Amino acid sequence: MLARLALIGLVTGVFSALFGVGGGIVVVPLLIGLVAFPAHAATGTSLAAILITATAGVALYAGRGDVRLAYAALVGLPAIAGALIGTHVQQRLSGPTLTLAFAVLLASVATWLIAG
Amino acid sequence: MSTWTIVAALSLGLAAGVLSGTFGVGGGILFVPALVALGLGQVEAAATSLLAIVPTAATGAIRQHGAGNVRVRAALVIGVASIFGAEVGVRIANAVDESVLRRAFGVLLLIVAVQLAIQGARDRRRYPDVP
Repeated sequence: MLARLALIGLVTGVFSALFGVGGGIVVVPLLIGLVAFPAHAATGTSLAAILITATAGVALYAGRGDVRLAYAALVGLPAIAGALIGTHVQQRLSGPTLTLAFAVLLASVATWLIAG
Repeated sequence: MSTWTIVAALSLGLAAGVLSGTFGVGGGILFVPALVALGLGQVEAAATSLLAIVPTAATGAIRQHGAGNVRVRAALVIGVASIFGAEVGVRIANAVDESVLRRAFGVLLLIVAVQLAIQGARDRRRYPDVP
C-alpha cells in the first residue's frame, strides 16, 4: 500500500511538472484504480495531497519572484466559494456517478493534451 | 486591465473552485488560462496558479475531512512523493520533445478514462441506490 501511494505521488509530480496542471487529475483515478479507494475518499484525499504539492511549489517559485499575490487573490478568492459549492454538490452524487463524471473530465483533459 | 477581463477572471476562478470541490482537482486547468488572459506570462501564470490552488484545495480538503473523505496518511505520502516526482518531471521535460510527451500522456489518460467510465457504469447498475 505504502509503495503504491508513493508511486502515485511520484507519477503525479512528474505529470504536474511536465504539463503545469495540478496533480489531482492523476491522483484521483490512480487512487480509485490502484488502491481501490471509493470515489469520494479519492477526491478528498487528492485535495489534501494537492495542498502539500502546491504549497511546496509556491515556496519554490516565490524564491524566484514568479508568484503574483494580487493575481492569485483575484482568481483564488472566488475559487474558495466555488470549492464550497463543489463539495456541496459532490456530497449529493453517488460514488459510481462521481466516477463516471470524473471519467468525462479526464477524457476532456486527455483530448486537450493530444490535440494541444 | 478592463472590467470585463476582471469579471472573466473572477468567473473562471469561481468555476475552477467548483471543479476543484466536485472532482478533487486543484483547478489549475482553469487558473492558468485565466491568469494568462490577465496578462501574465506562462511561468508566472503557473507559479501564481499554484498559490491560488492553496486556499482552494484547503477549503475543499477541510470540508471533505469533515465528511470523513480524507485519508490523511495517504495524502501525506502522495503529497511528499509528488515533490520528488516534480524534480524528475523537470529533468524529463528538458530531455524529451514536449509534443511527444503530451500525446503519450493524453493517450494514457484516455485509456484510464475509459476504464473509469466502465467501472462507474458497472457499479451504477450493481448498486443503483447506494451513495
